[in-house]
Amino acid sequence: MVSFSLNDKRVSVDADPSTPLLWVIRDQIGLTGTKYGCGAGLCGACTVHLNGRAVRSCQTPVADAAGATVVTIEGLSPDSSHPLQKAWVALEVPQCGYCQSGQIMKAAELLATNKRPTRAQIVEHMDGNICRCGTYHKIIAAIEMASREG
Amino acid sequence: MTIHIDKDMISRRGVLAGLGGLTFGLALGADGARLFSVAEAAIGAKAINAWVRIAPNGTVAIYSAGAEMGQGSMTSLPMIVAEEMDADWSKVVVEMAPADRAIYGYTFNNERNMAIVGSRAVMLYFNDLRVAGAQVRKVMIANAAEKWGVDAATLRTEPGAVVNPATGERLGYGEIAAFGKVPSPLPTVAPSELKARKDWRLIGKGVARRDTPLKVNGQAIYGIDVRLPGMVYATSLHAPVHTGKPLSWNDDEIKKMPGVIDTVRLPNGVSIVAQSFPQAMAARAALKVSWEHGPAANFDSEAALAAYVKIHDDPNAQITNLEKKGDTDAAFRAAARTFKAEFRSDYGYHAQMEPLNAVVRIAADGRSAEVWEGSQAPDATRDQVARALGLAADKVTVHQCYMGGGFGRRSLGDYAAECATITKAVNRPVKLVWTREEDIAHGMFRPQSFQCLEAAQDASGKVTGWRHCVVGDGGVLLHTGIRIPYYGVPNQSIERRGVSHGIRLKHWRAVGHVFNVFAIESFVDEMAVAANMDPIAFRIERMAATPKARRCFETVARMCDWNAPRPPDRALGFSITERSGSLGAGVVEISLNRERGKIKVHRVWVAVDGGIVVTPGPAKANIESGILYGLSSVLHERVTLKDGSVQQSNFHDYELMRMSDVPEEMHVEFVDVDTRPTGLGEIGNPFIAGAISNAFYRLTGKRLRHLPFTPERVLATLKA
Repeated sequence: MVSFSLNDKRVSVDADPSTPLLWVIRDQIGLTGTKYGCGAGLCGACTVHLNGRAVRSCQTPVADAAGATVVTIEGLSPDSSHPLQKAWVALEVPQCGYCQSGQIMKAAELLATNKRPTRAQIVEHMDGNICRCGTYHKIIAAIEMASREG
Repeated sequence: MTIHIDKDMISRRGVLAGLGGLTFGLALGADGARLFSVAEAAIGAKAINAWVRIAPNGTVAIYSAGAEMGQGSMTSLPMIVAEEMDADWSKVVVEMAPADRAIYGYTFNNERNMAIVGSRAVMLYFNDLRVAGAQVRKVMIANAAEKWGVDAATLRTEPGAVVNPATGERLGYGEIAAFGKVPSPLPTVAPSELKARKDWRLIGKGVARRDTPLKVNGQAIYGIDVRLPGMVYATSLHAPVHTGKPLSWNDDEIKKMPGVIDTVRLPNGVSIVAQSFPQAMAARAALKVSWEHGPAANFDSEAALAAYVKIHDDPNAQITNLEKKGDTDAAFRAAARTFKAEFRSDYGYHAQMEPLNAVVRIAADGRSAEVWEGSQAPDATRDQVARALGLAADKVTVHQCYMGGGFGRRSLGDYAAECATITKAVNRPVKLVWTREEDIAHGMFRPQSFQCLEAAQDASGKVTGWRHCVVGDGGVLLHTGIRIPYYGVPNQSIERRGVSHGIRLKHWRAVGHVFNVFAIESFVDEMAVAANMDPIAFRIERMAATPKARRCFETVARMCDWNAPRPPDRALGFSITERSGSLGAGVVEISLNRERGKIKVHRVWVAVDGGIVVTPGPAKANIESGILYGLSSVLHERVTLKDGSVQQSNFHDYELMRMSDVPEEMHVEFVDVDTRPTGLGEIGNPFIAGAISNAFYRLTGKRLRHLPFTPERVLATLKA
């Protein structure tokens, strides 16, 4: 059994310690907002917070989460009220939407440590997260909006 | 293991059935879609499905046939109905239409279809949905007129209500639904009875997409997110050569692996079924399969492309004529000057973010089945799954899900059928997910191409003759975008010369336009340079560009301040763009790192004539998406095959555009017209390659002739 805090709830799962956190979250616990994109840490669709840091859950063995605090898109806010989520809706950032959980979680890590990032800092921070629909400009604008209004 | 069914999944398609109130059916005849009443359906032979339903509480439920892959038609199609019926949009519930093409399909090229492809959803449904909405409005008014004992012609509607201007009385649509009748037959609607454009409250305004809130909190359900009781997980390893099939594999060893339930032989591969997806993936990685490779065993994409030149030169090659106008040979014989150029392009992969997947459940009695998939063509999925299970199509229910990208890949139902085959073999619900590696290795690609273009000019410099030959595999995929109706060249001969490699090919966001428009617009640019003319002026004066094209040219020239000087390390490039009835003109501003061979696109402008724009915000976003999809493919993306196998395996060697690569600015403007909507989802893509190659020429005096413009090719071009 591996126990950890997930979105402020204590969870225990019966999983091989090497199982990627991604599949534990999605298939065993049933929170499907965190996505599988490449399985190789190349696209960022599976980004979650582990002890406040954005990590690629497809590359994180569940053993690494033991005793830790994990937050997924479902736990970022109870009612989509995080400044990033509000900005994402206001600017209609998502198209297909599949990468957006990862984008928002990655952006949330940035704003947690840097309340007023420059555009260059945003781009550097977000460059590992692929959006195939090409919503990059809106992502930048939404992070800037959340930074101003958050 | 925790298992549950998502509530959303159970309640899907429950809303329309459970509302009560007035039901409007929809039927399709030779003259298109039309609404009809339940009473009419009862006396006719046609099946009736609900399309619009108004509940006594005022809720209006409208089915959307707009499969949602990010382009927004899930919202825009029901909005067209709501506009004409004057519904209160805040009371409208949108549901995905059942996979029944006879009821919910459109007619295109004499075929009934639900496939949301070619960026044509709004274009093909617009007129029919307007009429349907207008019929509902007429019925609402007729019922109110009867109740009030007044002439229907004296009444009007406001969103969600019929009002009597003379008395100030009003009846909400929900109130009418509680007592009203749907007449049989439904009233007809003349074109003059449709709302005037100036009266539109929804079309062309800033209506929010319905899917956005679910896409910022993880609640949108994609096919890959569906979970059913007792469901197990499958993943497949397909033959590395697309024509291959499995002979044998280490089955005993695989079946002993943790969690593995079974292996299933597919016609073209092996599928592993396991208790969890990681277990299925581990077993897939451990598979040792002996393959029969089939005819594509030695296929080498670079060698094949090189051989296309010979096919072009072969007088006995199989030729498909695509356009014959005037007397091209005579135009060339009489020419004062002729031009000839060759272009090439490589295979491209869709790289939709959600790897292909489906969930299938077969009923206990084996007589029906359900499939969950995000599909561009749920009707095709229904057919494919039915075929795989030996069922009639109407015994298969498709639960449409959101798509994590489509781009033309998700319109076949092939992987849903594969999932059905596996489900039948293991006799329990199965979720099939292809790994990203599988998604690429067993991809269906935009075909590679070789093209030869020739032009003849008369003594005045006008282009009088045009020959364009495209060589490759893929049939129609090769020739979308090869015709030039936007230019008035009097003598044209356009043809395709085909070959068959056995490599899997598919539509791909504007597919042939990507390489055809690249070749056409680079070639035209060469002639403009030779004539020492401005490229836009050349297209107007020497290519006889149509008035519609000229308006786009003039608009984009104004947008980018075409004649303004640029810094010495920057250059502009121009290209026309065209797709699914829409026309546009695009300009890019680039710079070049000459040491690294890296092209940087700084700014992009595009002017589009797409007819009436139904949802301007999402439409603009969709065009920007097309621009970046195009840029990514032009600058980075390349699939190659050696020994019959795809050489790329994930995003480290099939590189997609990232945030640091995007242009600093993108400007999209719609030319204001009053014509029927045309395609917008793929108009942002076709001009990119030509515009970049033309800008590159202005910067360097060299011409890029092979897509994509990788750093190696750029460096080689600079040295040549």
